[in-house]
Amino acid sequence: MSGWRHDALGSEIDRSQSLSFTFDGRKVAGFQGDTLASALLASEHRILGRSFKYHRPRGLWGFGAEEPNAIFDVQLNGVTHPNQRATTTHLVDGMAARSVNAAPDAARDRFALLDRLHRFLPAGFYYKTFMALGWKLYEPMIRRMAGLGQVDAAFEPPADTPQINATCDLLVIGSGPAGLAAARAAAQVGRAVWLIEDAARLGGSLRWRGGQIGGASWADFATETQADVEANGGRLMTDATIWGAFDHGLFAAWQRCVGAPDRHWRIRPRQVILAAGSIERPLWFANNDLPGVMSAEAAMFFLACHGSLPGRRLLVTTASDRTYAIARAFADAGAHVTVADQRAEAPEIDDIRQIRGANLTEAKGRTGVEGAMVGGIKVPCDTILCAGGVTPTVHLWCQAGGKLDWDPDRDMLVPRPGTAPLTVVGAANGTLDLAAALAEGHAAGGGTGPAPEAETQTTQASAPVRPDPSLPGRQWVDLQNDVTLKDVGLAGREGFTSVEHLKRYTTLGMATDQGRTSNFGGLAAMAAQTGRTIPETGTTTYRPPFQPVPFGVIAGPRRGDLFNPLRRLTLEEAHRDVGARFREYGGWLRPSVYGVGDEVTLAQDEARTARATVGIFDGSPLGKLEVIGPKAAELLDFTGYMRMSTLKPGRARYGFMLSETGVVYDDGVVLRLDETRFIVSASSSHVDGVRFRLEDARQDRIGRDQVFIHDVTAGYVTLTVTGPKARALIADAGIGLPDLPHMGVVEISVGDMPLRVARISFTGDTSFELTVPARHARALRDRLDGALAAQSGRWIGLEAVMILRAEKGFILVGKDTDGLTMPHDLGWGGPRQKRQDEYLGKRALFTPEAKSNMRRQLIGLTVPDGARPIVTGSHLIPRDGTRRSLGFVTSSYHSPTLGHPIALALLEDGRAQMGREIYCFNDGDVRAAQVGPICAVDPAGDRLHG
Amino acid sequence: MQLFSCPFCGPRDETEFHFVVEAGKSRPEPADRVTDAEWAAYLHTCKAPKGAAREVWLHLTCGEYFMMTRDTVTRDVTGSEPLRGTET
Repeated sequence: MSGWRHDALGSEIDRSQSLSFTFDGRKVAGFQGDTLASALLASEHRILGRSFKYHRPRGLWGFGAEEPNAIFDVQLNGVTHPNQRATTTHLVDGMAARSVNAAPDAARDRFALLDRLHRFLPAGFYYKTFMALGWKLYEPMIRRMAGLGQVDAAFEPPADTPQINATCDLLVIGSGPAGLAAARAAAQVGRAVWLIEDAARLGGSLRWRGGQIGGASWADFATETQADVEANGGRLMTDATIWGAFDHGLFAAWQRCVGAPDRHWRIRPRQVILAAGSIERPLWFANNDLPGVMSAEAAMFFLACHGSLPGRRLLVTTASDRTYAIARAFADAGAHVTVADQRAEAPEIDDIRQIRGANLTEAKGRTGVEGAMVGGIKVPCDTILCAGGVTPTVHLWCQAGGKLDWDPDRDMLVPRPGTAPLTVVGAANGTLDLAAALAEGHAAGGGTGPAPEAETQTTQASAPVRPDPSLPGRQWVDLQNDVTLKDVGLAGREGFTSVEHLKRYTTLGMATDQGRTSNFGGLAAMAAQTGRTIPETGTTTYRPPFQPVPFGVIAGPRRGDLFNPLRRLTLEEAHRDVGARFREYGGWLRPSVYGVGDEVTLAQDEARTARATVGIFDGSPLGKLEVIGPKAAELLDFTGYMRMSTLKPGRARYGFMLSETGVVYDDGVVLRLDETRFIVSASSSHVDGVRFRLEDARQDRIGRDQVFIHDVTAGYVTLTVTGPKARALIADAGIGLPDLPHMGVVEISVGDMPLRVARISFTGDTSFELTVPARHARALRDRLDGALAAQSGRWIGLEAVMILRAEKGFILVGKDTDGLTMPHDLGWGGPRQKRQDEYLGKRALFTPEAKSNMRRQLIGLTVPDGARPIVTGSHLIPRDGTRRSLGFVTSSYHSPTLGHPIALALLEDGRAQMGREIYCFNDGDVRAAQVGPICAVDPAGDRLHG
Repeated sequence: MQLFSCPFCGPRDETEFHFVVEAGKSRPEPADRVTDAEWAAYLHTCKAPKGAAREVWLHLTCGEYFMMTRDTVTRDVTGSEPLRGTET
């Protein structure tokens, strides 16, 4: 009733190194070279997990990525790795493994009684039942009962997985006999081969099936292949999974490393040979999910590699000659073996008990196999090894676009040649014979001379095995997601006969094993039920990943601060020195306020100071696109809503850039430095977009030799001095300003510092934008900073700038506009009426929609003195109280200048509503406001020109 | 991950590129002689061919617009040329 360790077998364990670990809190022993699975198989533990839905006891089934049952949360060195397959986890001393989906543990799961209710829990039960009863109420409870491992919320894996891009001449995926032969043949003709193996060792099925190649042990062949590959500039990776095939021949590989971070490879090979092997199918009989029911191939693997045996009395069920070597190996190892062969014509063997032409119909036992019914006779046994046939591992073939053909002789879906740019060899191609697999690999690798020799198996006969839904009892198709043949039948009766529907309705094949052991059974059952052939029924789509890959491996270092790195100001440190607090604005990390205390209060203080005396803010992120050339003006006329060819050198003009849909894409000031030289100040978050629109017009319309565009944003630093004392502060800083009118721009020098001064205002006060090459940033900053105190000024952050601009009704595109806002909605109808020439978005400004008198227009809102500011985003609704949105509040602040709240909003036909009352709706709260002009402070512009 | 070829920079990952417009689609002008329907068609309708396609793409990292010939089913890229023939 429990597993055991053979005292001699086990080629891959080192018995001199004992390891110790715990399973569900109980101590278990193992050896160096074990996996969690091989060590547990040799232990007294049989129940390794609970099924997803019915909480049935489950034991080990497989030996690789196909393992559906033995899934653990593994703790090592204080770190929990959830949902690790026992079969692919190398045993490390001190590991603690916990079964998932069970409480308190797998052996004593308290939800096990769910299984008694199984007849009331058919496929789709939870959705059918609880959707009607209010899914939200029951969802948390259902989710607690289902699901797999627990994520340790406190654990943050290091972002240290290197992401490596690579190319190679030939990629060989899989190092079984066919893969080895291919790699060796290619290396011997001088090619650089990358041989990638999912397991820890080379050899594939040779590791447990064994064999002689070229008259010597297969291990010699593997060693020689490794030497040949490395001698010819190739590379060999074990413990590395090719987890996806992507467009244009890209393959992703996850390489697991010991003592170093894992690696993530993106490989573009010139040629690919796929030798991914095959997976054994299960058999279908009542209670075929009991612990002790196991893949025969997997049992053979554990016997040969680890000396682990699942039991003493083994029933081996098959319909293939290939299984007899396994039965023989177990008999030789000292187990009591009975073979039940479904074929009446099965080959006779002498010394092993054999039942021919009889089907296994039921496994007996409650928490593990205690016997089996074969042809109506009870066979005592503690383990049932199943060999239901072979399914080639074609995931990567199909991911790369390959199609499959049904081969009735071999009873399997095999790659259809020529449908994907990969060469498939060996078992993945349906070639199970060792000599034939070697020959295929040798040919695919471009081998010269004869292929490596191996003894050809004389008989390889097998009969197809199919599920029989008429048997009494529950027969499992999908072990991990708890899908039985009855569920497949129900899906078929309810009309879900397409395999894709069957999968989604029953969850067949949707578990973490991706249907490796379950899909064929479900497919065959559905084909039988609907009277179709297997190729007519089809397969589900194979998608990456081939097996679960940690997100951290794919993400690599690109998360946290590096996920979408913020752009940083040249003067960031200088701002920090005077107490700046930083926040993200449009992809830039910029000072929000300066100083200690409540941010809202600080912003109010800063705005008040800027209105009273002077404030300085860092405006460097503002885009600076140089447009240079004889056709620069013509280009800007086309790309802009306001004409720039009429702008005089030394002057600046505010303008919009529209999309062809007529919607405002960006706004900003254009400076004309001389006849052929402009600077476009795009919004800081729109610089790239504006640049590409300018480039589009240059390359496709104006002529690429007549005008050039340079994005010099990062090369310059702009400090903006604003307020009544701006001019005085700049003078104190030792910068001699020429007499500059509003919207004037001039280039001067201060010592060796070239300085561009633009008198442009985003605050409504007299403002000077001082722009210097970044290398002079500190010098300019220090001059201005030194002069601040004498004028009672201060540094102001972006929050204060937002208040100042909102008081003036200056918009932020994307905040005070949305994806429908046209320039005339903002009060800029002039060019639309007057311009005769073509410009971006022009035609769209004259559609019926653009001419509608129900467009949302920008307006200002005021509230009675003493009231709170309106919540930004509040909907504007009619005064009769109907819940119809007429628009929404786009910006809302307390105005320190006026002493009461102000707001900007987009309102249907807003300009016709001046002076009227409107209601603002927010989260159920309704309050009144009055529609007014967008400019709340100094509408006459006295401060600007003072 | 597809590999596209910029005529100026050579093969690069698809993430460096942006689709612009289908080839042969020209902007109807002048605005006052374009009907609403013509303008709407220009803005909103695409042929989106299944199979052979000629399209203008932008290589974001160098800023060049160019013509790409590709197959939307097999994803083969068969050609990549500067927008204005030999004028580069």
